[in-house]
Amino acid sequence: MSAVAAEGVWKFYGDYPALRDVILNAEPGACLALIGRNGAGKTTLLRIIGGFSRAGRGQVRIFGQDPRDIETRRRVGWIGHGIAVYDELSALENLSLFGRLYNLPDPRKSAMEWLERTGLERVKDGLVREFSRGMRQRLAVARAFLHQPSVLLLDEPFTALDDRAIAVLQRLLREALAEGRTVIMSTHQLREALELATHVALLNRGKIAFHGERTAQMVADPGWVYAHYDEA
Amino acid sequence: MEFFRQTWVIAAKDLRAELRTKEAVNASLAFALVILVLFSFAFDPLEEQTREMSGGLLWIVFAFAGTLVLNRSFAREVPNDCLDALIAAPISGAALFMGKALANFVLVISVELVSLPVFGIFYNVHWTTQIWSLLLVLALGTWGLTVIGTIFSALTVNIRLRELMAPLLVYPMLIPVLMSAMQLTMQLIAGKSLGGENQVWLRLMVAFDVIFTALSLVLLETVLVG
Repeated sequence: MSAVAAEGVWKFYGDYPALRDVILNAEPGACLALIGRNGAGKTTLLRIIGGFSRAGRGQVRIFGQDPRDIETRRRVGWIGHGIAVYDELSALENLSLFGRLYNLPDPRKSAMEWLERTGLERVKDGLVREFSRGMRQRLAVARAFLHQPSVLLLDEPFTALDDRAIAVLQRLLREALAEGRTVIMSTHQLREALELATHVALLNRGKIAFHGERTAQMVADPGWVYAHYDEA
Repeated sequence: MEFFRQTWVIAAKDLRAELRTKEAVNASLAFALVILVLFSFAFDPLEEQTREMSGGLLWIVFAFAGTLVLNRSFAREVPNDCLDALIAAPISGAALFMGKALANFVLVISVELVSLPVFGIFYNVHWTTQIWSLLLVLALGTWGLTVIGTIFSALTVNIRLRELMAPLLVYPMLIPVLMSAMQLTMQLIAGKSLGGENQVWLRLMVAFDVIFTALSLVLLETVLVG
């Protein structure tokens, strides 16, 4: 069974089709780099896979289930454009809150563990609004990984990250892939993404223009897929 | 049990965040007190007519001041895209709604309880004569206000002019519960009980609260995700 499967997904904004008959799947343990130019529909597709909005036509399945099922949501981690943590709460309070929402057996212990793994244990009681940008981003990464999701959906995860946050994220993603978790990431940073990816999908004006395994050629020349499959 | 646990987690988070910043509560309390004091200059507190309409004045102030708290309910989730994290979390829309509504109820009723003695002093009203009945009316009216305010806060969360749109949508919806609360408050201040003809207003309030709570519990998921 595919970890993530999109079957003939369409999404309309008014009359405009942002996604057109998207067929996509990712097997357990795969890392799919979702690439495409601005406005190609990457975020729209990821948001439908994540259950944030519904497809106009077609369907998305995560391990055979609807993304909005409570049990499916327990298996999905998300990093979007925002950090999705509360400025008024401390780092520990934020992660404990999400630990409780995901019904972890010991939310505080899990929170402390992930604060250590992201290098934030010394500022665990500091309010997020007092954090630097890099610290906030690492906390967002910790929030997404906290419940050890089987599927990680990352929307432009490397954009605006500082070097340390990029290193933390890449290390955690490698560990997640080694543990058999599935990663789907939309990105413009081809070099970082293609180093991790096992598969690549190129979206062009809402349609899948290419979907296949990542090759050594793509790593050597990150623009190769665009050059061969992307219509201007 | 899971529903109540999740409800509590959401309510505790909202209360903790609000108590740290006090943004909504301070604005709401200051607004309520200033308007109560200003209205008292417009009406002679010794006139019988003023006492008759004071219940209505009180609920108008509560409705306006409450909106300042309720508007923030889902708007506080917008910075940092926290709403996405809540939508992605494995909690039901019903638990999310109930948690937010409970936190809002605590905040709004706290503002009202602080405002009541000020109201009593400036309007020369003996509001303690039917204190338990008045507290019941306050609780039922505030819950109605909170339920409608919370669901419309979710509905307007992604609208650019939400501070304008939410009140425009909320106040017409609140007419039944506000009318009941105003009528009952006037009667209780006049020393009458909740029995007799007042039962109709009380039942209307209870029915309003039950119907809109049930609708909101069912609809929040659709409101947020579509």
